[in-house]
Amino acid sequence: MGDAPIEFSIVQELIYELTIEEVMTRSVVTITPDETMHDLKELLRAKRISGVPVVEGNKLVGVVSIERVIRSLEAGEKDARVRDHMTDTPCVMRADETVIMAVNQFDRTGYGRFPVVDRDGKLVGILTKGDIMRALVKQLESRYHADEVERYRASHVFQDIESNGTSLILRYHIAPRDFVRGGEASSKIKKALTRLGADSRVVRRIAVAAYEAETNLMIHTEGGEMRAEVHPDSLVLTVEDSGPGIPDIEQAMKPGYSTCPDWIRELGFGAGMGLSNIKASADELTITSEVGVGTRLVLSFKLR
Amino acid sequence: MNVSDIVAALPVRVVAGADHLQNEVTGGYASDLLSCVMAGARKGNVWVTLQAHMNVIAVAALLELACVVITEGAALDGEALIRAEQRGVVVLSTEQGSYETVAQLSALGVSGGA
Repeated sequence: MGDAPIEFSIVQELIYELTIEEVMTRSVVTITPDETMHDLKELLRAKRISGVPVVEGNKLVGVVSIERVIRSLEAGEKDARVRDHMTDTPCVMRADETVIMAVNQFDRTGYGRFPVVDRDGKLVGILTKGDIMRALVKQLESRYHADEVERYRASHVFQDIESNGTSLILRYHIAPRDFVRGGEASSKIKKALTRLGADSRVVRRIAVAAYEAETNLMIHTEGGEMRAEVHPDSLVLTVEDSGPGIPDIEQAMKPGYSTCPDWIRELGFGAGMGLSNIKASADELTITSEVGVGTRLVLSFKLR
Repeated sequence: MNVSDIVAALPVRVVAGADHLQNEVTGGYASDLLSCVMAGARKGNVWVTLQAHMNVIAVAALLELACVVITEGAALDGEALIRAEQRGVVVLSTEQGSYETVAQLSALGVSGGA
């Protein structure tokens, strides 16, 4: 299957998202073109670096590295100007480009650093592979931390909020015949309960019941609403639709009883097990229905 | 046993969820009726079906199945494949029928009714 989507890792996502401005080093050691190679040597030694951008006024005019210093000293040109030894068409990065551009440039050129300029060519920073590594590690760390905090907050929502009875209500609209989005509401309920720290076996029963109720609404009704009321120790799932209603509830509850047309059965629905699966999953079930008005299902589950 | 063992032993192609082939396999279940699967399949099961439909992905994700094997070469549409990737559902596809597939899984040591 050639059209399967590519999955990105977080790091890949980050290098496409982060801009160079966000990861570069802002305080840049620079030299002017009129200083001497001897000045440059002293500067590199003092700062323990191996190359610097050359700046005239505010503009970046070149780069010069330690190899040039060695070459000029070997040739005895201690008083030569930086201007005569710099690379005056340096490979630069723009601050608003994404980190992926820089990663590709490092790869292609083999250079160790790139001066970073803004849109006017003004030098605003310098970028090394180390800057990129540091930024990625920092981002991953802060994302991990944010996840942790979020998970903690979700599982403590009931303890953190003071009231005589705290509950959380989740509402989902179920559209008729929307087979593409089928199962979405149940999957969101399942995710929410897991985040809230509910026991996985109970979550599974709730998910089964919610899925069956959701597909019932989708297949048989003109649409409706599913409401999950989460209390500290229990969950009440109310499923309401606006018709057509069930003429004989007792018959509808029988395993294998189905009113589904063939085309729906061909999709794998209509086994006639929906309501009996719901009944088997829930701790309590009440169902009321009126033909021409609608059906209301109230399911309750003990969470502990 | 992992899904990767099944991929290695059976004539199947991985069509979605290639990052999750290390999923532990706890047993198997075969049916084309989603409600039966909802009631009968267990977490970590391999589900064999010839249904190739968006809701297969929803059911597999809800039940945290190890993988779905879609038989008789039935093709999932692009949207379902994207959903499978998003939810981390492993989908395998095979040209052979459900009967042969279940027999091979059984020979491999995947049992039903886990």
